[in-house]
Amino acid sequence: MTTGTISAKNLKQAVQAIHIPPVYYFLVIITLVGITLDQLFAKGNILSNPVIMTNILVRSVALGIVAVGQSFVMIGAAIDLSVAFTISLTAVLASQLMQGDPARVPMAILIVFGIGIVIGVANGLIVTKLNVNPFIATLGTGLIIKGILNGTFANYKGSVPKSFQSFGYDSLGPIPISILVLLVVVIIGWFILSRTKFGAHLYGVGGSREIGRLSGLRTARIVTGAFIISSLTAVLSGLFIVSRLGSGAPWVGPDGVYDLESIAATVIGGTALAGGRGGVFGTLAGVLMFGVIDTVFNQLGVDTYLKTVLRGAIIILAVASYSIRSGREAA
Amino acid sequence: MTLEVKTNNAPLMEVRNIDKSFPGVKALDDVSVKFYPGEVNAVVGENGAGKSTLMKVMVGAYKQDRGTIHFQEENVSFNHPIDAQKMGISIIYQEFNLLPERTVAQNIFLGREPSTFGVVNVRQLNKQARSVLKEIGVDTMISPTALINSLSVAEQQLVEIAKAISMDAKVLIMDEPTASLTSTEVQLLSDLISRLKEKGLAIIFISHRLAEVFEVAEKITVLKDGQYVGTAKTEEVTPEDIVYMMVGRVLDHYFPPLGSPEDFGDVVLRVEDGSNEFLSSINLELRKGEVLGISGLQGSGRTELAQALFGAEPFKSGSVELQSKTVSIKNPSWAIKQGLGFVTEDRKSEGLLLMQPIRDNILLALRSLQPLFGWIHPDGIRQSRKLVPTLGEQVDIRVDSYSKEVQDLSGGNQQKVVLSKWLASKAEIFIFDEPTRGIDVESKASVHDLIRELTIQGVAVIMISSELPEIIGMSDRIIVMRDGTIGGELPAESSEADIMLVATGQDNSNSAEPS
Repeated sequence: MTTGTISAKNLKQAVQAIHIPPVYYFLVIITLVGITLDQLFAKGNILSNPVIMTNILVRSVALGIVAVGQSFVMIGAAIDLSVAFTISLTAVLASQLMQGDPARVPMAILIVFGIGIVIGVANGLIVTKLNVNPFIATLGTGLIIKGILNGTFANYKGSVPKSFQSFGYDSLGPIPISILVLLVVVIIGWFILSRTKFGAHLYGVGGSREIGRLSGLRTARIVTGAFIISSLTAVLSGLFIVSRLGSGAPWVGPDGVYDLESIAATVIGGTALAGGRGGVFGTLAGVLMFGVIDTVFNQLGVDTYLKTVLRGAIIILAVASYSIRSGREAA
Repeated sequence: MTLEVKTNNAPLMEVRNIDKSFPGVKALDDVSVKFYPGEVNAVVGENGAGKSTLMKVMVGAYKQDRGTIHFQEENVSFNHPIDAQKMGISIIYQEFNLLPERTVAQNIFLGREPSTFGVVNVRQLNKQARSVLKEIGVDTMISPTALINSLSVAEQQLVEIAKAISMDAKVLIMDEPTASLTSTEVQLLSDLISRLKEKGLAIIFISHRLAEVFEVAEKITVLKDGQYVGTAKTEEVTPEDIVYMMVGRVLDHYFPPLGSPEDFGDVVLRVEDGSNEFLSSINLELRKGEVLGISGLQGSGRTELAQALFGAEPFKSGSVELQSKTVSIKNPSWAIKQGLGFVTEDRKSEGLLLMQPIRDNILLALRSLQPLFGWIHPDGIRQSRKLVPTLGEQVDIRVDSYSKEVQDLSGGNQQKVVLSKWLASKAEIFIFDEPTRGIDVESKASVHDLIRELTIQGVAVIMISSELPEIIGMSDRIIVMRDGTIGGELPAESSEADIMLVATGQDNSNSAEPS
């Protein structure tokens, strides 16, 4: 079987077996276009610069972590719009609780993750027990969090201790800790989705609630589990953001558009809006694509508004290319 | 995972005095039936007779209002379908419960994945799936790691059966298992059924196709209006007897009389050398007042031909003449404007807006003829209020209100809604793709009557069907498709054998490769 030459057919089968999400081809294209633009307009100074490359990755971390959670929810045929406000809540509460004191860090982390679980459970129960459409349910919980935040905190409050900022700024050897954290989150996400019963059941429930029910899956628990994972990733993103900023503010989540961008990255990554299909590696590529686009555009000094327009166009183009490839609606 | 079931004279499963009501309907009324191991019991009855409700009670999807269920002579009750499955009672629904994006193995063991501490043992999963597929003799056909959406309908059904077997099913219920299979696939299925039977399973087979029922079943149980009519031994009855039990009257003819040649008028549609990616050199003529039957095996290009004529997958070359004018049918909207109506094979996905009321569905094609921003009916809403009931009566839709959503209707009634939709648009050429698939005997007869009535009014009909009796009973001329082209044309009342010879390329008319 493993003799020297690899025929084209074998290679094709191998590629199919690994199941590379189509978004990776797109990521390669975007990167190539980025390199070309870079060569033409910036003499190759952007993407060859390790500082800028690291920056692309670090910028991708906050979105990447929360998008992994969003992928879970979307594979379960739901959507989580509350993540942006969960991120804000985490950022504000973490800095408020830590008060710059390293001794308070573990307590603060425990509390914010606890709150994340509460938000996830609430979203899950509203969707599965009250039968509220996930879009509306999480819009509602998001607004509730937003109202509480805005009513309680008007501006930056408290701060995180220097030691906590190492999450955002320090490196382990050449690799920033934050990127390691993102990779770990992606790998855990992949493992849960493709190797655990919970993952298999999530695909089942997402593919068809009815099939899940008839197969004896605990559909409500599974969907709620996905929402909890989503909220937990939002909390982790929030912690990363506050470690970068040093102090939390109520607008950090919505300003980063983490709700819609995590959905966009997930969809670009090949996860179906209708659920039942997709995975976190695709989502990671979607996030990296955003990272590359943003960095190249920023460094080239592309107008902010034009940048937004181009981003929108690229999202549509990416998803349209899948649906043309597969001859059906991709998202 | 053995299939050993004690074979003796006691029923494996029994329902006694089952009542089940839904708001406004008594779906089951004192129904008692016994099902024996090693036996195929076909449950037949018109739509609304209570077959599906009974099956759902038997598998725990519904809870009966009264009565008891006995399994291996013990009184049992199910709170959830999973309870019935665990006991060995499995059902394969007409619409498969398979996840298209997941593999065969993942589907077979959904909810029962071999695992340690929640981590799935993938190797074990695929191994177990392979052994189940082997057990029903299809391991060479279907790989455990194949994605469901890469399988044919027949293969998906085999996966469903494998899933049931993997749950150690002792009672296997199949709801219309042959509805979308070709005749070779039906043969494969009936071979499998007899093997399962030998292993001592009790098989319950729901079907509208009496010919198949008589082929596979030892016993036939008839339900009518929610009541048990009786169970007959297949060898002791004829199909006519069963139809009589089902409808309570003898259907002396399944089909209305054929048209007579003097009724056929001018050629309204002519295709010369039409080709596209699915079809090649199509030549046909359609006359006013005739039913042109299109037969052929699954995949021979029957449906593709209809789609080409309707502009859904247009011809790329060749010429089409409509009412003696050379035209090109580019899209369905244009085809509708030219007076074509297309009653699709798949009512649910192509023919109907399920969540819209009957009224709007009926008016859909008519409205598509009107300007986008005009009144929704040329004579206003008042006129459409009159039109809808008129059409509804013409096709005999039996509902209490036209405001009902189409998804709540039975298959027969849904098909009638599709028909009235095209009647409303005053189409002059009707294309029927499997007009009576999955609907009950009585609705079938009324659809056939209606098709004939249309031709008497001067409409030209193209009828595609995989049911040979329907083709023979209805067609004034028969075109048999083969490998994307017309294999041959046969006169009215040709025999099933004649058609099959052309369809399989065994006729001497040309030298097409045998398939």
